[in-house]
Amino acid sequence: MAEPILQIRDFNVLFDTHDSEVHAVKNLNFDIGEGECVGIVGESGSGKSQLFLGALGLLTSNGRATGSVKYRGRELLGLPERSLNKVRGSKITMIFQDPLTALTPHMTIGAQMMEALRTHQHVPRAEAEKRCLEILDLVRIPEARNRMGQYPHELSGGMRQRVMIAMATVCGPDLLIADEPTTALDVTVQAQILEIMRDLKKELKTAIVLISHDMGVIAGMADKVQVMRLGEVVEGGSTDEVFYAPKHDYTKALLDAMPRIDRPMRKGHAILQPLSTIGAEKRLLDVEDLKVYFPIKTGGFPVSKVKPLRAVDGVSFSLRQGETLGIVGESGCGKSTLARAVMKLIEKTDGAVVWSGRDLSDLHGPDVRKLRKEFQIVFQDPLASLDPRMTIGESIAEPLVTLRPELTRTQVQDEVRAMMKRVGLEPGWINRYPHEFSGGQNQRVGIARAMIVKPKLIVCDEAVSALDVSIQSQIVDLILNLQSEFGMSMIFISHDLSVVRQVAHRVMVLYLGRIVELADRNSIYEDPRHPYTRALIAAVPVPDPKAERGKQHVTLASELPSPLDSRAQLSFLKSRMIDNPDAEQYRPKLVEVATGHYVAEHDPA
Amino acid sequence: MSAPGLTTRNTETIERALDIEGRSLWTDARRRLVRNKAALTSIIVLSIIALMAAFVPFFWPYGYADIDYANIACAPDWWPGTDAACRAGGYHIFGMDQNGRDLFVRVLYGARVSLAVGFVATLVSLLIGVTYGAIAGFVGGRLDELMMRFVDVLYSLPFIFFVIILMVVFNQNFFLLFVAIGAVEWLTMARIVRGQTLSIKQKEFIEAARAAGVGTFANIRHHVIPNVLGPVVVYVTLTIPTVILAESFLSFLGLGIQDPLTSWGVLIADGKDHMETAPWMLVFPALFMAVTLFCFNFIGDGLRDALDPKDR
Repeated sequence: MAEPILQIRDFNVLFDTHDSEVHAVKNLNFDIGEGECVGIVGESGSGKSQLFLGALGLLTSNGRATGSVKYRGRELLGLPERSLNKVRGSKITMIFQDPLTALTPHMTIGAQMMEALRTHQHVPRAEAEKRCLEILDLVRIPEARNRMGQYPHELSGGMRQRVMIAMATVCGPDLLIADEPTTALDVTVQAQILEIMRDLKKELKTAIVLISHDMGVIAGMADKVQVMRLGEVVEGGSTDEVFYAPKHDYTKALLDAMPRIDRPMRKGHAILQPLSTIGAEKRLLDVEDLKVYFPIKTGGFPVSKVKPLRAVDGVSFSLRQGETLGIVGESGCGKSTLARAVMKLIEKTDGAVVWSGRDLSDLHGPDVRKLRKEFQIVFQDPLASLDPRMTIGESIAEPLVTLRPELTRTQVQDEVRAMMKRVGLEPGWINRYPHEFSGGQNQRVGIARAMIVKPKLIVCDEAVSALDVSIQSQIVDLILNLQSEFGMSMIFISHDLSVVRQVAHRVMVLYLGRIVELADRNSIYEDPRHPYTRALIAAVPVPDPKAERGKQHVTLASELPSPLDSRAQLSFLKSRMIDNPDAEQYRPKLVEVATGHYVAEHDPA
Repeated sequence: MSAPGLTTRNTETIERALDIEGRSLWTDARRRLVRNKAALTSIIVLSIIALMAAFVPFFWPYGYADIDYANIACAPDWWPGTDAACRAGGYHIFGMDQNGRDLFVRVLYGARVSLAVGFVATLVSLLIGVTYGAIAGFVGGRLDELMMRFVDVLYSLPFIFFVIILMVVFNQNFFLLFVAIGAVEWLTMARIVRGQTLSIKQKEFIEAARAAGVGTFANIRHHVIPNVLGPVVVYVTLTIPTVILAESFLSFLGLGIQDPLTSWGVLIADGKDHMETAPWMLVFPALFMAVTLFCFNFIGDGLRDALDPKDR
């Protein structure tokens, strides 16, 4: 075997903290070979990021690295900053999770790329520019020449991540370290970025280290995998070995916790009650032609125009008792706005929301507050949705205290304790504050707060998206168990189609504020009709290396267009489009293609 | 079947006994404040000064207006150095002022006025400022514009001019001093609180509270105000000295406290004039004022930490 590019031996990373020394990475040994893709998997806190920060001398001042890291036989640890900089950024480069914070906001894309190129290789300006353009083409940035003059904030998240990759590859590195490169991106964009990285590996023979918590991403990309837990590698080997014959219990648990878009019902997990067994045919909620527009000022002084941003643009659906409706779509498609408008947390522009036969449009102030007993919401970020200055006991009790003022203090306390026990929290923790808990525990608090008034409808707004996979599967199980116990309906919003498949009876796909497809969960995943739905489903990575390798990578050609552009909604029905961004456009209608399966009109592929 | 039932009940009772009531931020804060040594010492020192100021006529042989013509500007007996013109004798432990009055009793009478002004004016500014700012920030929109423009208008009034008009219209009155100072100090407070509220309003937990049916004012009270307290407490500890100084400035102009009543500001101004011949006249009031301001700062720091649950 040829000499490895990077050889890591007995590698440790330690941090001095006020309390004690934290051992973030423990005794690591592995090699990265020429042109190889190594996946590093682990949950938050497993030390997977610190590993490479430590290897490249980028630790914070209270951290230190011991052991040996050799780049082509040359020791990197303890190398002076100057010599290290020759390797770093030129031969070994990094891509980070958040492309906005990793790019300097006041420099144009071109200037930043040229800076990287010209500090490492002293090439003349014109040639540097040519190289940059080539690389931007390689990462498929359209109109590369214009983009060079733009600032980071002018680009979308996906574009920025492409720029980051371009910057990292412009010097022709041997090794590209990608730290959660797609975690902050939508699935469709994620698929595009991964495709680009795959090409880089093929064309430039760059070795890639892919750090991710997502087994699906790793499955499709990596040749070798290292599974990390609490600073240690618990299992390492070829991708197929690790995925098909995991030896360590943790790897098995991690694989088991991954929601699978191809296998909604799995052993050992809570299972969604089929609607027929619930037997409830009662319609709880009817939403008719709901519209939420936000006025956006475009153009500056002296003539500014107000254009409506159509966050939700004519959505109709109904929800039966005990049913779960999954809402999926990319960020900015209006899924959260829709749920908030249904709950009357924001004002709708037009349309009707009928709650058990009662139109909510005319309700105001105190009447709406009374209704809150019937529907509650669980938020995405468990820590941000809890008041940092309230004990979790108070937070859970809050809906009860406001909505059922007739209860005495002890009654409230008893209810809170009972609910805490039900969602898997120690009742004795009642006086603790949110910052003392982990994300998963805080999300349990959020669920307890929503459930305490025994609502008939719960909206889960990306309720499990911010959690680690193993925690995520526990919370999903909890939600499903609560549903079979209390029989409430749910609106489950998520960008993660695999989770939605596991929890929802019916799935609604939103695109720029409009429904493109609505069907029960099996038809939508097994027989998607709309090209957008198909692209979304194809973009979801599956933790199955063979399936991933064999997969045809259907990617959407373009990014999500601006919702201010009236043409945007017709991306899939170009034949009816009037080519004027301000014109009143045709709205695609929903067509029932099979019983209960609605698809928006679109051009045949 | 009864046995396990009994055990659960038992554990529940134990749980209750251990942890009877859900605690709130305020009970926790009090506990933490008391545990903070600097803050606790400051509270004790301030209480001693306040108690002495309140009860001084009952235990001190001299009145604040009693003049002893024989001992004008005399040093206390223990004052070091031999060059002092005269010794006051008796219980005049702080010496005598330029009119032959006992300085100890005058410093404590000064404490009455200064502490009262400091407390009341700050309290007034706190109450108005926090409520006003929180409402403006939380409700937002046109009401916010209107309320903040009103603050801007008041801001643009010259302070002294404003006080003089008040004094002229309502005659000179001790109570007016509070009103005048409080009416000016709350403006900054309102702005600080509004700014903080605007950022807190965006947080998800506010929306979570709305979803839980909490109304606007309850939301402000339970979620906004506790979360703006950090900067507010810091500003309050800065306001108290400002207010005490403002009072002394007004008294200096003849708009505040009139002789023979006095305040620390007045005493320090007098002491400054006799600094070379009778330094004790400056040292004692200045010492009291400095100690008091230190105490307020420590209490402020302690409060800020105590109100932050992350600092438990």
